Amino acid sequence: MTANTLPATGHVHHGADSAAAAPDSNQFYMTEEHHPANGTLLGFWFYLMSDCLIFAVLFAVYAVVGRSYAAGPSGADLFDLPLVALNTSMLLLSSITYGFAVLEMQRRRVKPVLAWLAVTGVLGCVFAGITMYEFMHLIHEGAGPQRSAFLSAFFTLVGTHALHVLFGILWLVVLMVQVGRGGLIAENRRRLMCLSMFWHFLDVVWIGVFTFVYLMGSLP
Amino acid sequence: MTSTTLHTNDIDPNPTGLHAHGDEHGHGHDDEHGGASHSTFKGYVTGFVLAVILTVIPFWLVMAKVFPSSSTTALVILGIAAVQIVVHMIYFLHMNTRSEGGWSLLALAFTVVLLVIMLAGSIWVMFHLNTNMMPSMQEMKNMP
Repeated sequence: MTANTLPATGHVHHGADSAAAAPDSNQFYMTEEHHPANGTLLGFWFYLMSDCLIFAVLFAVYAVVGRSYAAGPSGADLFDLPLVALNTSMLLLSSITYGFAVLEMQRRRVKPVLAWLAVTGVLGCVFAGITMYEFMHLIHEGAGPQRSAFLSAFFTLVGTHALHVLFGILWLVVLMVQVGRGGLIAENRRRLMCLSMFWHFLDVVWIGVFTFVYLMGSLP
Repeated sequence: MTSTTLHTNDIDPNPTGLHAHGDEHGHGHDDEHGGASHSTFKGYVTGFVLAVILTVIPFWLVMAKVFPSSSTTALVILGIAAVQIVVHMIYFLHMNTRSEGGWSLLALAFTVVLLVIMLAGSIWVMFHLNTNMMPSMQEMKNMP
């Protein structure tokens, strides 16, 4: 039915709407297929899913060699759980502050958006700083990535995540400049939504890290 | 871009009602469809409160050594992590069956399948490799 109206109106979505409002669920997929208006966000989601596979591989490596200490220190010896809790709260707080930036974006208010983005960036920097401090501390203690398979996998997994956060901060700064110059135009709103997905995705990965690496590594 | 010649209205970025059926257009053309259109203050705060609760519980379980058995604790905190990931997906990443016409959920489901195969497969295979291939001390003595 919708296919017939397509050449006539040249507009599937609205043709379907005006034709019959009742079978909404049946017509939904038809209409969406002809509307790639949101291609960027879907494409970015695909990127995030592929990034997810990178992390899955690193998690798998950690799962396999995470208990191979080579007579070196174990996770229970090294991990400072209060510091990890602080780190986790920083990332979680930065997630909600980014959410507030998105809400202000919907209201088209530039200054609150920039303010919330700045808060998010500061929290992200604190997170990255704590991770760097932890790495320095471990290396200083002689528990660097070359010490054992466990530490190699640990540094790779947590380091990759921290690197993602650093690039997210870089992206955030660039986006703040763009929003400051161009305002909340459609392009910048789209970019903000992409970074929103990226930032929340990093928080999702961190759930896996603190549970699987830190908490389970600290278990006796 | 080529489809603009066929359906002039399809990729029209103008959401201000210049379409022939502008009064009827829902959110199909909105550039925030599937993303920000679902964002609400209540949603973010709900997600945040749930995330905080689901973060505090596993830290408390491990730091206060609530369960005597490590494997019990591990199973519980893994379960809580799974719940928290779902919470983040729903409240922060705005996943639902409707966003992007279901394609993002499909991509997510595909990724989860790959992820489970990769993780479970690696752990399973390597665990058996360790137990089967690691020579015992007796065998080591007889080695050439």
